[in-house]
Amino acid sequence: MALVLNEEQRLLAETAREFLQKQSPVSALRALRDARDPLGYDPELWRHMAELGWASVILPEDVGGLDFGFSGLGVVLQETGRTLAASPLFATAVVGASALLLGGTEAQKADYLPQVAAGELTLALALEEGHHHRPHHIATRLERSGDGFLLSGEKLFVLDGHSADALLVVARSAGETSSRDGLSVVLVPRGTAGVDIERTVMADSRNAANIRFTEVSIASDQVIGTEGEAGSWLDDVLDRGRIAMAAEMLGSVEEVFARTVAWLKERVQFGVPIGSFQALQHRAASLQAELELARSVVLQALTVVDEQPQQLAIMASLAKATLNDLGRHATNEAVQMHGGIGVTDELEIGFFLKRARTAMQIFGDTGFHKNRYATLCGY
Amino acid sequence: MEDLDQFREETRQWLEANCPASQRLPNTPEEQYWGGRRGSFASEDARVWFERMRDRGWTAPEWPTAYGGGGLTPQQGQILKEEMKRINARTPLYSLGLWMLGPALLEYGSEAQKQEHLRAIVNGEFRWCQGYSEPGAGSDLASLQTRAEDQGDHFLVNGSKIWTTAADRSDWIFCLVRTDPHAKKQEGISFLLIDMASPGVSTTPIELISGDSEFCQTFFDNVRVPKSNLVGKLNQGWSVAKALLVHERKLMAEIGGDSPRKEIPPVEAARRYLEFTDGRIANPQLRSDLVDYEMRMHAIGLTHMRSFEERAAGIKGTVGLAMKYLGTEAIKDKNELLLAIMGTRGLGWEAPGFTPEELDTTRLWAMSKAMTIAGGTSEVQLNVIANHVLQLPQPPKAVTES
Repeated sequence: MALVLNEEQRLLAETAREFLQKQSPVSALRALRDARDPLGYDPELWRHMAELGWASVILPEDVGGLDFGFSGLGVVLQETGRTLAASPLFATAVVGASALLLGGTEAQKADYLPQVAAGELTLALALEEGHHHRPHHIATRLERSGDGFLLSGEKLFVLDGHSADALLVVARSAGETSSRDGLSVVLVPRGTAGVDIERTVMADSRNAANIRFTEVSIASDQVIGTEGEAGSWLDDVLDRGRIAMAAEMLGSVEEVFARTVAWLKERVQFGVPIGSFQALQHRAASLQAELELARSVVLQALTVVDEQPQQLAIMASLAKATLNDLGRHATNEAVQMHGGIGVTDELEIGFFLKRARTAMQIFGDTGFHKNRYATLCGY
Repeated sequence: MEDLDQFREETRQWLEANCPASQRLPNTPEEQYWGGRRGSFASEDARVWFERMRDRGWTAPEWPTAYGGGGLTPQQGQILKEEMKRINARTPLYSLGLWMLGPALLEYGSEAQKQEHLRAIVNGEFRWCQGYSEPGAGSDLASLQTRAEDQGDHFLVNGSKIWTTAADRSDWIFCLVRTDPHAKKQEGISFLLIDMASPGVSTTPIELISGDSEFCQTFFDNVRVPKSNLVGKLNQGWSVAKALLVHERKLMAEIGGDSPRKEIPPVEAARRYLEFTDGRIANPQLRSDLVDYEMRMHAIGLTHMRSFEERAAGIKGTVGLAMKYLGTEAIKDKNELLLAIMGTRGLGWEAPGFTPEELDTTRLWAMSKAMTIAGGTSEVQLNVIANHVLQLPQPPKAVTES
């Protein structure tokens, strides 16, 4: 019964929804934006989230995790999507935690994961080097120097890059610039010499940074797993990230659609609710049908992470492409159906519109994932 | 769970032992067994396979054993489907009685009607067709005009029905008829079973753009119908019809996988008809259209699974209402995609010069246009979703099926 939530997951979803609607409604994101908050999220909120166990949902019990699996994490992410909650949840508890879990040595796992589980260590994956997702196109160099290494290069669109306690930097130890072979991931603590971080203010008011590394000294125990072999697990980490982001996007789409349908029933023109017009009814109904597909895709993708790893890549691309398309469509329709008020900053619909565009670029746009799906299927 | 595993194992063994090898090959339209007084088997194997399944109640696996069904739970029914699919076992009996009328009779029929008709359906004794639409009542089904007048001991039926699938080969028809011309549209309609052998019933086939004529127009000229053939209460046939429409739409949503014609799957067609460069389809537009279609079908398949799991878990979900719309639109997209992939090889109308599969693909393309019209147009489906799922207010003048 992978496509129906179990009792435990339903309970988790309810707790998450109640908590986030009280502690982190969309107005909280607006307040962070308007205050030009330097951190970009509320550390108190993150502490609460960690107390609820959200930083450790996917982590095994021996490192202090809840071990609820990805299906458990998925319901929480959906709820954070509903309220656009800004927090280190995605960059740390999904991407960072997965990188350490899948790539780290036993010592690294024992060292870092309990801190991640407790919400005491936030992480950021420094991956992209261009303005589109190209996970294997890495020019940042990791070169041997004495007992350790020197790291040099430039990273863009690093989610939580300016606030994380440590960066996980994807760098090249060997191989051609576009090759999956020869990649390494190194952990660079905040404040390390030679690291220049520039926070970028993005349309969605969430966190990202551009980071330059200039001959940064890296000790050999800062290399996650084995040097030059990150290519063997990096794709799995990204696929988990893609599925998690799809779950967050599903929550956002459900919320923005629910608000749109409510508006169609409320707004009166020509003496009747505009939702009685068939032109709008059909567009809303077709969105509802798309939403049904998206729900099935996301639920299955989350299940696949826990139960059918051989399907991970294809389901990750299906989920991300589906939610990219639907995220754009649903937010555009939301603005249009709200009419004039839809383009005002006062209404929160604009926040959903902007977040969808950023989310669409995270770990692969629609074209990237359709191409990957086709390639995986042999055409 | 253990019981289900055991059921699966037993089912697998039974199918292995009882499904003849010839009944595990793809079916042509001529080989389908539709039962009925005039029905015949394409082969001795088809007869044996049908009789073995019938005797086990597995032509209607989930119906009660009291009426000749298999008495399986939905989970067991699903397992049987999966196990049949695993060995490509043919559907032993094709029947609107099984798929549409039976479920409605189980819900609304009198005990006498169940006794009279259900076992006959399971046994394939009569072939049924459906009399809903009329020349003047398509999407606006409730405006139907075929009259059934109360004559004391019988109804006298006059009028005509259109899109009656295979009416010229059917034994019985289930019909919506107007029994109260003065009541509001939906309130004067009754659900009637009519023996096609009755004097005054006639049929004319309708030729379609595909060249097929599977549909007929059926005429009723002073046809006498016993009153015991009324299903449900007088003037309350609309509820029976709606319940039955749900079964029809579910069927149409699922029908994609069970098309009798030999169609080339789109990925296979791409390999056969398109140029590849470095393992990829060279034409970027066609590659993009193909992946769009494949991803959509993947999502629709998962949604069918979710719908089933929700039902099995006792959750009354809203998925089902969207499936007819999504499934039939996807079939239409597939057939357009196939024509595009096959180029002029997808446009052959008759041999020579084309393979039978190519000719089937052209005909299926033409046939697919009916998918989003029959059983409620896509536009009507969207009305239903808007009103029943999203609960948007009715349009200023009620123009919807409700």
